[in-house]
Amino acid sequence: MSILIYAESAEGKFKKTAFELASYAKKIAAETGTTVTAVTINVSDASALAAYGVDKALNVNTDKLKAFNAKAYADVIKQAAAKESAKFILFSSNTDSLYIAPLIAVGLEAGYASNVVGLPQSISPFQVRRHAFSNKAFTVTEITTDVKVLAIGKNSFGLVESASSLSQEDFSPSLNDNDFTVKVESSEKVTGKVTIADAEVVVSGGRGLKGPENWGLLEDLASALGAATACSKPVSDLGWRPHSEHVGQTGKPVAANLYIALGISGAIQHIAGINSSKVKVVINADADAPFFKVADYGVVGDIFEIVPKLTEKIKAFKAQNS
Amino acid sequence: MKILVCISHVPDTTAKINFTNGDTEFDASGVQFVINPNDEFGLTRAIWFKEQAGATVTVVNVGGADAEATLRKALAIGADEAIRINTTPTDGFFVAKQLAEVVKSGGYDLVIAGKESLDYNGAMVPGMLAGLAGYDFVNGCIKLDVNGSDVTAVREIDGGKETISAKLPLVVAGQKGLVEEKDLRIPNMRGIMQARTKALTVLEPIAATATTKAVKFEKPAPKSAVKLISPDNLDELVNLLHNEAKVI
Repeated sequence: MSILIYAESAEGKFKKTAFELASYAKKIAAETGTTVTAVTINVSDASALAAYGVDKALNVNTDKLKAFNAKAYADVIKQAAAKESAKFILFSSNTDSLYIAPLIAVGLEAGYASNVVGLPQSISPFQVRRHAFSNKAFTVTEITTDVKVLAIGKNSFGLVESASSLSQEDFSPSLNDNDFTVKVESSEKVTGKVTIADAEVVVSGGRGLKGPENWGLLEDLASALGAATACSKPVSDLGWRPHSEHVGQTGKPVAANLYIALGISGAIQHIAGINSSKVKVVINADADAPFFKVADYGVVGDIFEIVPKLTEKIKAFKAQNS
Repeated sequence: MKILVCISHVPDTTAKINFTNGDTEFDASGVQFVINPNDEFGLTRAIWFKEQAGATVTVVNVGGADAEATLRKALAIGADEAIRINTTPTDGFFVAKQLAEVVKSGGYDLVIAGKESLDYNGAMVPGMLAGLAGYDFVNGCIKLDVNGSDVTAVREIDGGKETISAKLPLVVAGQKGLVEEKDLRIPNMRGIMQARTKALTVLEPIAATATTKAVKFEKPAPKSAVKLISPDNLDELVNLLHNEAKVI
């Protein structure tokens, strides 16, 4: 019996969320007196996981899994879970992991909780706290099955180093043609830009920026901070920015360390989508904007004056501290 | 093509969320319920298929009689018939079991659901349903076209998108992008009148056991007041973000 994690990677490198997931799994393993096994797909060397308490890595390397395929990936993880007699199968809340997790849960008739924040409140009965109602509330969810599947919210636990002696083995699960009936034909990825999902810092703009031609202001600040750019729903509806940047209840969720809102009033639906971010800063001319009620830091004033100044200050700070 | 659209009946996105009965139940009093927004994008795309290619569109909900108003709205904007499975949707697995029964007995070619509901945010029913029905599954779909039994879908991935080919029968979990926000429909009087005479079938649930239960609800702790920084003192903001918040 061990705890199985799916350590998600891109281009052969683990995502940061994989280390957070390992940290989380290690804590549960310590509490339940067991070990952590990671499944990795197309990562040639998994030794980076050793720093976060992973005891064993099952490395799957095959060209067949080069393009993401939820069914095939689920098949691999299911076979690893059987091999390890895993009672817990843990995922990050990345897009791909959230695609796979329900397929695993239903295949094993295992109870599944997504959006999990923090360690289990109790192991027996097994209860975890999770976000619900689009971040407006939490539920304490009890999983009543023997095997449990969890997806842990990004940034909800953090990285905890814990050195282990990692053993690695090649794992060759059987894959059948049936796994590949859904095919990726092509993919477009923005390169050289931080994505909202991976970003530590997100700079987001609302209608207060007055038009798409003013986005340079926001992009300068984002680039000084190494941040991803995002926008409010009205901005994407107006076509000022692509839908892929829309964050909020019906857009992308944001769970960054720092979320900076420029000219966003803070409608309840917007706040719901970004509320998992640790620190929120708002810059807005309207002191009565609802965003000030949920922000940690606020500046009331003209964004067209403040933002370029702030960008300069951040650049100076980064130059000093790098 | 026979399309089934799964509809969740959820609190309006502007609703204040409160709990009752010792924080063990959602307090529905005074709350306006709507079609789950992620489902509504899929429903609108399904109606587009109906109008362009002669598909039939059935909507289904697992829930109590109070969800019928939401199903009637779906009929008013163009669905052909509705099914309500008369039970409390206790958890994602239980709901998926109920829906799988409808999918199997109805022989649907395409099943569309929202990628998550805005109440419990479980994001699991579509995938579980696909698994139970033995259908293939595309998650996070932002574009969907069907030609015969060939499906082309675009899926949102971290930092981009992916074009996918698949075959019917298929379960698709959709979101904004399946249709544009401006293409969502508001029921008109004619639609509302027609909806009254369309079939809304109530089915009893099959036996299934939930795998999870919501034991308790909690509201986020009240936030401490915002720290206001003068626009003339942005050094202070940088300082606070570095030394106090430790995020830069």
